[in-house]
Amino acid sequence: MSDDRIDAGLPGRAPSERPQPESRRTTDGVRIDPVVEAGHVPRRAVVSALVDHEPGVLAQVSGLISRRQFNIESLTVGPTTVDGHARITTVVEETDPGIEQLKKQLRKLSAVISAGEIAGETVSRELVLVKVRGDDPHQVHAITRMYDGETLDAGPRTITVELTGDESRIDAAIDAYRRFGIVEIARTGQTALARGDVPTTPGEEPAPDCQVANREGEPDAANTDTSRAGTAERSIRADGRGRDTTE
Amino acid sequence: MSDSATTQRERTESNEQTDRTPDPRADDARTETPPGSTGAQSVVRALEAANVTVAFGVQGGAIMPVYDALAESSIRHVTMAHEQGAAHAADAYGVVAGEPGVCLATSGPGATNLVTGIADASMDSDALVALTGQVPTSFVGNDAFQETDTVGITRPITKHNYFVDAATDIGAVVGDAFERSQVGRAGPTLVDLPKDVTQAETDVTADRPTPPAVEAPDRRAEPTAVEAAARAIEAAERPLCLFGGGVVAAGASDVATRFARTFGIPATTTMPGLGSFPEDDSLSLSFAGMHGTGYANMAITHTDCLIAVGTRFDDRLTGGIDSFAPNAAVIHVDIDPAEISKNVHADYPLIGDASAVLEQLRAAVETAPPAESWREQCAEWKETYPLTYAMCREEPLKPQFVVEAVDEATGDDAIVTTGVGQHQMWAAQFWTFTEPRTWVSSHGLGAMGYGLPAAIGARLALDEAGEPDRDVVCFEGDGSLLMTIQALSVAVRENLDVTVAVLNNEHIGMVRQWQDAFYEGTRMASEYDWVPAFDTLAEAFGARGFRVDDRDDVAPTIEEALGHDGPSVIDFHVDPEENVFPMVPSGGSNGAFALSEDHL
Ligand SMILES: Cc1ncc(C[n+]2csc(CCOP(=O)(O)OP(=O)(O)O)c2C)c(N)n1
Repeated sequence: MSDDRIDAGLPGRAPSERPQPESRRTTDGVRIDPVVEAGHVPRRAVVSALVDHEPGVLAQVSGLISRRQFNIESLTVGPTTVDGHARITTVVEETDPGIEQLKKQLRKLSAVISAGEIAGETVSRELVLVKVRGDDPHQVHAITRMYDGETLDAGPRTITVELTGDESRIDAAIDAYRRFGIVEIARTGQTALARGDVPTTPGEEPAPDCQVANREGEPDAANTDTSRAGTAERSIRADGRGRDTTE
Repeated sequence: MSDSATTQRERTESNEQTDRTPDPRADDARTETPPGSTGAQSVVRALEAANVTVAFGVQGGAIMPVYDALAESSIRHVTMAHEQGAAHAADAYGVVAGEPGVCLATSGPGATNLVTGIADASMDSDALVALTGQVPTSFVGNDAFQETDTVGITRPITKHNYFVDAATDIGAVVGDAFERSQVGRAGPTLVDLPKDVTQAETDVTADRPTPPAVEAPDRRAEPTAVEAAARAIEAAERPLCLFGGGVVAAGASDVATRFARTFGIPATTTMPGLGSFPEDDSLSLSFAGMHGTGYANMAITHTDCLIAVGTRFDDRLTGGIDSFAPNAAVIHVDIDPAEISKNVHADYPLIGDASAVLEQLRAAVETAPPAESWREQCAEWKETYPLTYAMCREEPLKPQFVVEAVDEATGDDAIVTTGVGQHQMWAAQFWTFTEPRTWVSSHGLGAMGYGLPAAIGARLALDEAGEPDRDVVCFEGDGSLLMTIQALSVAVRENLDVTVAVLNNEHIGMVRQWQDAFYEGTRMASEYDWVPAFDTLAEAFGARGFRVDDRDDVAPTIEEALGHDGPSVIDFHVDPEENVFPMVPSGGSNGAFALSEDHL
């Protein structure tokens, strides 16, 4: 290196001499009101996605979730009334921005037809199979009855029961079985629908042939308009990459 | 080779023999419209229907049927020396041409070699269609010779990928891959083509596979949201435009420029957004972020209304989120709803096409914001924090000087490609970008080795567009160039007029800079004083090679290299200790950029 090297570095005031604003943003990128500091606490949300029922869709969804590190408590999948559609239900423990992101990212997957947090009240259930030691069959049976469960298998050494319910009920039941000695547990994770008339995912409609009969045996007025259901279905589909507009 | 591998290969080959459908050309050569075609022919017809004129790739067992069909097409196939180069070339072709580039590779190692290039396109939202061969469907999942789960591997780095299992579907799938790569936010798509499927006969007439139907995205933002944003702009005292790569991709540079000028709003860009706003305009603050200009970063830190268009607020732009534009109401225009409030909360989210939304905004803003003193402030910052470098009388040669000299010697419409490292930052800083689609670099992924294959892709895009007079220059680092230098053989074979300027500091300089700043100067594995003589290496490839050590030789050598019709490489031996400043340390506050190492 030659001696006539001029000291490197650019002209201008040093960082400490420059004016810096006092205001700040949160980790979510929200400007902080200097008076009320806005932060987000995680909450539980049930997010339901209507997807094309095709190979690879679960891998796409779970890949997205794991890559983006969403805090998922459970994930269930199964077909819906519409041929070729499946519903994926996930329960997440996230901040509001995290839940928003999950929905938006899900909608970007081309196999996802519609996705949203279940608005308002949800009806949710989980199924669990519990295998307990069979030393005290009467007691086990009593608890199973108490939780409206069903005994599926009772052998000399183990008893297997089935229970459904919301999460806290299942937790309570499992606690009650503990004293007999639990050998194995299989839980499905929660699955959920929106309560009442509200569609579970934005814009969701039943299959055109899924008409609900009313008391008189006539098709239910709300569901007679099969062409409408069909159109809505198409409009979500035809919207293609614009599916994100469905919320 | 192990016995099992040999057996596997034999199985593959015997399968080829038994499965091989009769060559349709043999039967149908005389009929005008052949009644059917092979899956491979459908692939090629679909490419033609998508107006593809150039494709980049490397041959191999599983993709051979497609190449066989390609032989019949007018599509120009550029054989690359490595699939990574094929993907980068196709990516750059797409950036320059404004339509998806196409690359091809065989199964297994061919497909895995594409991965870096596909990931790069994904990070930068570049439209790209990758076609990969796959082992025959009956072998899929059996660890067959040259099998990899390409669809699985590329799932997180593609917008969508497809495994084709029926020849009849191929045309439609390839068409869909084209459409999907361009619609909305662009990105790479991949079609995995099992060999038995491309060999199979279909009932699709060869000239009639489904062509892609690409709709122009003219999505407007919600009018009420636009109105609200317009009111915020009118009231702003320190408004600032931030134009990202999405502005370039959407072809919205003119609209964006007009928008800023109409209301006298200073404009800064992200690094991918270079060229979206002319840097010689008095409103331009050049680019912001880690190695952005001091004045851009001062403006971003002090603005009260940030009009951000087509940017995903990458951490290299924002620095620490807590200190990013902390006073600003953020208006965020983006085609991708998932970008809204992902990193920085958008006070005014405007989802839609950049051109359409900026036109909406321009119509909605009734009076220009009262930003007179803000403009003065920005001009003052430009004075206070100039982008400059210390120049010695003789040696060592300064890399920034080289960038300026090449800029001087070329037209405004010259295309600049780069590798990744300090040289990339100097090119971004010291080149004056005035036109969109003239800056082609690896931003989000930061993939060393991007520059040379990208120059090849850019050159072909210009040549195809009938613009042979526009220059393509590539700034490369010594380390970065070594990663894909085999592509020089391609440039020589195709006689592509590209000029590679190696800013050779005999270090992987960017790493050295960080080691000096943050690792007490322990230069572990960053000294590259073993790099080859790039000038003689270039000659060995059949290109022109030059070496420059002195400042006086810079301009004449550039002149000579640019004048050479074909590829040339100039090995500029530059100051090995030169560093890139300003610099916002990772996660730091943009306004606290360092002007020298003492500030870190
Ligand atoms: C494929 C890849 N490997 C490693 C890195 C990490 N990296 C970033 S910059 C850099 C140094 C590049 O050195 P060189 O090409 O000589 O350019 P210079 O910084 O000296 O201009 C390295 C190793 C990278 N970006 N890409």
